[in-house]
Amino acid sequence: MKRNVFITTIICFTAIFFCSCGSDKKSPDASGFTYSEDFQNKLLEQCITAEDGSTIEIPEGKFLLKKPLSIDGKKHLTIKGAGAGKSVLSFLHQTEGGEGLLVTNCNDITIQGFTIQDAKGNNLKLLNCDTIAIRDMNSTWTSGSDSTNGDYAYYPVQCKHLLMEQCEASYSSDAGIYVGQTINVTVRNCYAHNNVAGIEIENCINSDVYKCKAENNTGGILVFDTPGLPLHNGRNARIYDNDCISNNGTNFGKVSSMVSTVPPGTGIIVLATDSADLYNNRIFYNKTVGISVICFQLTGKPYNDSLFGPYCNTISIHDNKFDSKAISMPDMSKDMGKLVALGLKGYKDIIVDGSADPKLRDNKGQVPDDYKICIRNNGDIKFANLNFWEVKGESDITDHVDHDLSKFDCEHAGINGNGSN
Amino acid sequence: MKKISVLLIACACCFLLIFFSRCMSGSSAVTVDTNYKEPFKKLSQYHFFKGDIKQLTPNDRVLPYDLITPLFSDYALKARFVWMPEGTAAKYVKDEVLDFPVGTVLIKNFYFPADFRDLSKGKKIIETRLLIHKPDKWDALTYVWNADQTDADLNIIGDTKSIDWIDKNGNKVHDEYSVPNKNQCKTCHAYNGTLSPIGPKVRNMNHDYSYTDGNANELDRWAAAGYLTGYNKADNIDNKMAKWDDSTTGDINARARAYIDVNCAHCHRKEGMANPTGLYLNFTNQNEASLGILKTPEAAGSGAGNFLYDVIPGKPDESIMPYRMTIDEPGKMMPQIGRKLVHTEGVALIKQWIAGMEQSSTNNKK
Repeated sequence: MKRNVFITTIICFTAIFFCSCGSDKKSPDASGFTYSEDFQNKLLEQCITAEDGSTIEIPEGKFLLKKPLSIDGKKHLTIKGAGAGKSVLSFLHQTEGGEGLLVTNCNDITIQGFTIQDAKGNNLKLLNCDTIAIRDMNSTWTSGSDSTNGDYAYYPVQCKHLLMEQCEASYSSDAGIYVGQTINVTVRNCYAHNNVAGIEIENCINSDVYKCKAENNTGGILVFDTPGLPLHNGRNARIYDNDCISNNGTNFGKVSSMVSTVPPGTGIIVLATDSADLYNNRIFYNKTVGISVICFQLTGKPYNDSLFGPYCNTISIHDNKFDSKAISMPDMSKDMGKLVALGLKGYKDIIVDGSADPKLRDNKGQVPDDYKICIRNNGDIKFANLNFWEVKGESDITDHVDHDLSKFDCEHAGINGNGSN
Repeated sequence: MKKISVLLIACACCFLLIFFSRCMSGSSAVTVDTNYKEPFKKLSQYHFFKGDIKQLTPNDRVLPYDLITPLFSDYALKARFVWMPEGTAAKYVKDEVLDFPVGTVLIKNFYFPADFRDLSKGKKIIETRLLIHKPDKWDALTYVWNADQTDADLNIIGDTKSIDWIDKNGNKVHDEYSVPNKNQCKTCHAYNGTLSPIGPKVRNMNHDYSYTDGNANELDRWAAAGYLTGYNKADNIDNKMAKWDDSTTGDINARARAYIDVNCAHCHRKEGMANPTGLYLNFTNQNEASLGILKTPEAAGSGAGNFLYDVIPGKPDESIMPYRMTIDEPGKMMPQIGRKLVHTEGVALIKQWIAGMEQSSTNNKK
């Protein structure tokens, strides 16, 4: 009998130990919130019937909403609260809809000064809007790192002229700040933490991400181009003056998502993108790789899209600071992490796959200067070139690795992002 | 003096005549002012129905119609009508919604029988949705019926209704039915960002309807009523969708494509709200990748479960599409709005379709 108790106790402690290590789930934030059908209905009606040029005010307080909010087809509209953390909308008990706040087909819209949390899908989605300012916002899920959290804290997609500033994003099961298929993007002074991906710019044209902090995500900042989407060939991005710190979080993304392939311990990834300039970033304490520049084939995901270019061309990485002190072994939960840990013998500041579009190579296998990956003035870095384009048939990916930076000593002019600075 | 009294009598006669003719017909003519700033607050003000309004007996020139394969809305039955101003008609369009004239009203009543096995046991009308073609654009209006079923009130912000019924198998069903708000109407009714009807397409109306005076092809009836011009019957013999639950109308592929066209493609088409996903399920799409075959999802999040692709030929239980149809949780389910319940029979159809797809190459022939 005593023995049974002893064993049970051990099992309990073991269970507690594993639970507490496996994730940082917690009870969602529900205290202090009030639900009022009158409040909800009034806000719903304001959002639906607002006149062009008007302002919808969200009062200070913590409000539960059961129904999603939506704004459609407005011009020169502002929706604003008393400040992030002061006006809080919680969709914890949402009964319908895929978003907390959905904004569609608007021209000149400002969203500022409130918190959105715990929506069932995305907290804030904007579709087909032109001229958007999102500022002084907080968007989060309050149950910790949970794969059932919504996908995106901020999800502007197929928009034009987007400015996001002073926005905080956390605990998204995909990307905290996700900007998709959008033209002319500025994301600055934002703070993305504890998401799978902190900030993701996907299939966008002309983007600037600067003075942002990406911390404790699985991956800090991602510049992706992916197949099968209406806006093809994302390009022309500048990522500068950002802090990518300790992005070593567990990848709690869903297996179907692109970000599920991101190895914990990633600072920045450039995937299949043309024209990206990464400079003046501080990329500290990410345990697997600081910056990786990779072609889509390395994700292992199939695609069937003749318009899609899977390679990274015209990439410039300069004047960044790396610090890998005080970090442990690379993460091994994803293929890329295993490659780094085993094939490359540990953490790297910069990894490139070295595989520009084969169509661009000359008969000696050289990539013309305009399309090269250029790496300069990043200090004494740990570097690996996978030479992935030489990997054929059964040969192992690690067979072609070299550490020769001299081939990359060049620079590109004319990558001007959104040109806003 | 005499003249005046004759005039008076004549006037009185006129008034009496008008009065009686109105009584005889039971109601006034349909009243639609397409230039309205504020729409009517009550459904009855339009006079679409004569007599006891809950009987939904159409007024003059209000023409009933239905669709071969309808959208699933928590098993609601729908009574559809169209009205157009005198002397106007919709223009024939082959593959898209008919080109309706300004002033058109599409009227859709959502109701639930108390017992799906015996419709004579009464019904409850929940809402009536109108699409009115104003001079510059379509407008979507929803009227929610009162408890006594004597009229319906304009609703902007949506509503939730608790409804109970007995289904066709004799099971009790409870539903927290959602009446959409005005913006949610447009979520589905969006075509390149502007509001548009979805249902009245030739291929989904090209069948017989049981009119009070007998069966007739809907399009023939619309043409005969002066509501459709430019329609050539001979050109459209095969322009016809399968009925999703009637195997005599098409094979599994034809019925599944009809089902996903009607239930998914209002958003999942290039012109719809789900354009960013690259998943296009409209009837005329023949591109395997954008039909979801071995396509990785975009922004499906937890709605994707533990699965990698929208559709894996031969593997319905590992495909995201039927999986999202079996969920009833907001944010994960598909469609995102318009249903609270799972359409068990629809899921079975899509699973059967995927199970039968050849695993090497996929067959999407119509």
